[in-house]
Amino acid sequence: MANRIRSLMAGVGLGLGLTLAASLPLAAEETLVVASTTSTEQSGLFSWIIPRFEQASGIKVRIVAVGTGQAIDIGRRGDADVLLVHDREAEEKFVAEGFGTQRKDVMYNDFIFVGPKDDPARLAAAGGAQGAFKAIAASGQGFISRGDKSGTHAAELRLWKAAGIDPKALPGYKETGSGMGPTLNMAAAINAYTLADRATWGAFKNRRELVMVLDGDPALFNPYSVIPVNPARHPHVKARAAQQFSDWLTSDTGREAIASFRADGQQVFFPNSKK
Amino acid sequence: MTETLFEALRLVVVVDYQLLAIVALSLRVSLSALAIGVLIGVPVGAAIAVQRFPGRGALIVVLNAMMGLPSVVVGVIVYLLLSRSGPFGEFGLLFSPAAMIFAQTLLVVPLIAAVSRQIVEDAWNDYAPELTLIGVRRWDAVVLLIADCRFSLSLAALAGLGRAMSEVGAVMIVGGNIDGFTRVMTTAIALETSKGNLALSIALGMVLICLILMLNALAYGLRCWALRRVG
Repeated sequence: MANRIRSLMAGVGLGLGLTLAASLPLAAEETLVVASTTSTEQSGLFSWIIPRFEQASGIKVRIVAVGTGQAIDIGRRGDADVLLVHDREAEEKFVAEGFGTQRKDVMYNDFIFVGPKDDPARLAAAGGAQGAFKAIAASGQGFISRGDKSGTHAAELRLWKAAGIDPKALPGYKETGSGMGPTLNMAAAINAYTLADRATWGAFKNRRELVMVLDGDPALFNPYSVIPVNPARHPHVKARAAQQFSDWLTSDTGREAIASFRADGQQVFFPNSKK
Repeated sequence: MTETLFEALRLVVVVDYQLLAIVALSLRVSLSALAIGVLIGVPVGAAIAVQRFPGRGALIVVLNAMMGLPSVVVGVIVYLLLSRSGPFGEFGLLFSPAAMIFAQTLLVVPLIAAVSRQIVEDAWNDYAPELTLIGVRRWDAVVLLIADCRFSLSLAALAGLGRAMSEVGAVMIVGGNIDGFTRVMTTAIALETSKGNLALSIALGMVLICLILMLNALAYGLRCWALRRVG
């Protein structure tokens, strides 16, 4: 009996040793952790541009796709080497506090209003983002907010403020506290309005009765920036690889890679890095 | 729904390399967590079953309650522990399979310990007079009863496996759902759902359920084989 237990323990121990050994990272190739947003990942942009960067640089990229607020927090804690995010105010604060080395413009896409096909709040005739929010408030129609401190959520709150409306006071206003996809899923389920980025909408499959009802207002401009995490704050970050990533995204090759990406047949990201 | 079924079948029949890698990682992470969980949970549960000490009742209540430990809470705690700004930050383990194994181990240890405690305690209640009579000390009884209850204890292991394979909250937070590195079945399903790809989510879900079914069938077969051999 004791023998059997001993051999059983030895077997379990061996299996454990093997699995742990398999878990050890192979330190051969350089890896770069990029904290970025759900819009860039879920639209398919990363699967288009990252293999090109990996091939050009020999660096393996690992993308952690979360809301901009969480991505910036990951950078602040030193858990990523570089950020690709979209919330200008929070980005500037991040750099000013010394967590990032330098913020560079990479590209932009735009926010669009998505809503029921028959457009009961008449957003199409609202003339712009402010008018659209006023129309939603006046009509009492449902509006689904991200409510997750993402770049899209921050933009939405700025626009409500500009329109002079407190959205929390509206009966039809609901915060999902989740990503763009789950928010679109909910808007589709209850046929309500929401603010989405064009890229995620372009790749979104479960639209049901939803259509794009309004776009094109310059206030809906959505710029993305790249920021390497500051090695002075977090000495372990791969500063050289992060800088290489930032340089590549803003190079001619990077600009071409971004501009050639298509979601649902149309260009959704427009490079705007300075030459 | 038929479309979903076809998609699931296609994923299984046309062996998709990417899917295989995701399945392999799911197995690697959850089976590692299970192995560590059994090594820690079974002896701890058996020891609590046989030994008598002050505060034992309270410990049992806490252990039983921890079977319902929310995976997302464990995820956040492990995230804070392993973050570069946390106490174990220097190892750089966040967003890696090792972090996922660590988090799932924390989830399965209490579950396995609690179930083992009940199984071994029932056996102890049956055999305690005889074992005491022939002079078996309590620590030896712990080892004896684990060996004696090994078939019942396999249920504790299977419960742990089910918990590890099915949870999404912890691995999403500590693994980061990185494509080709920390993406497992459950986080892939969550991602496809948020992309509005509901058919693919369900298809992946069917694959995951089949996988858990296969692991349980394997365990059952093993048990029957072992019963025949050693009785």
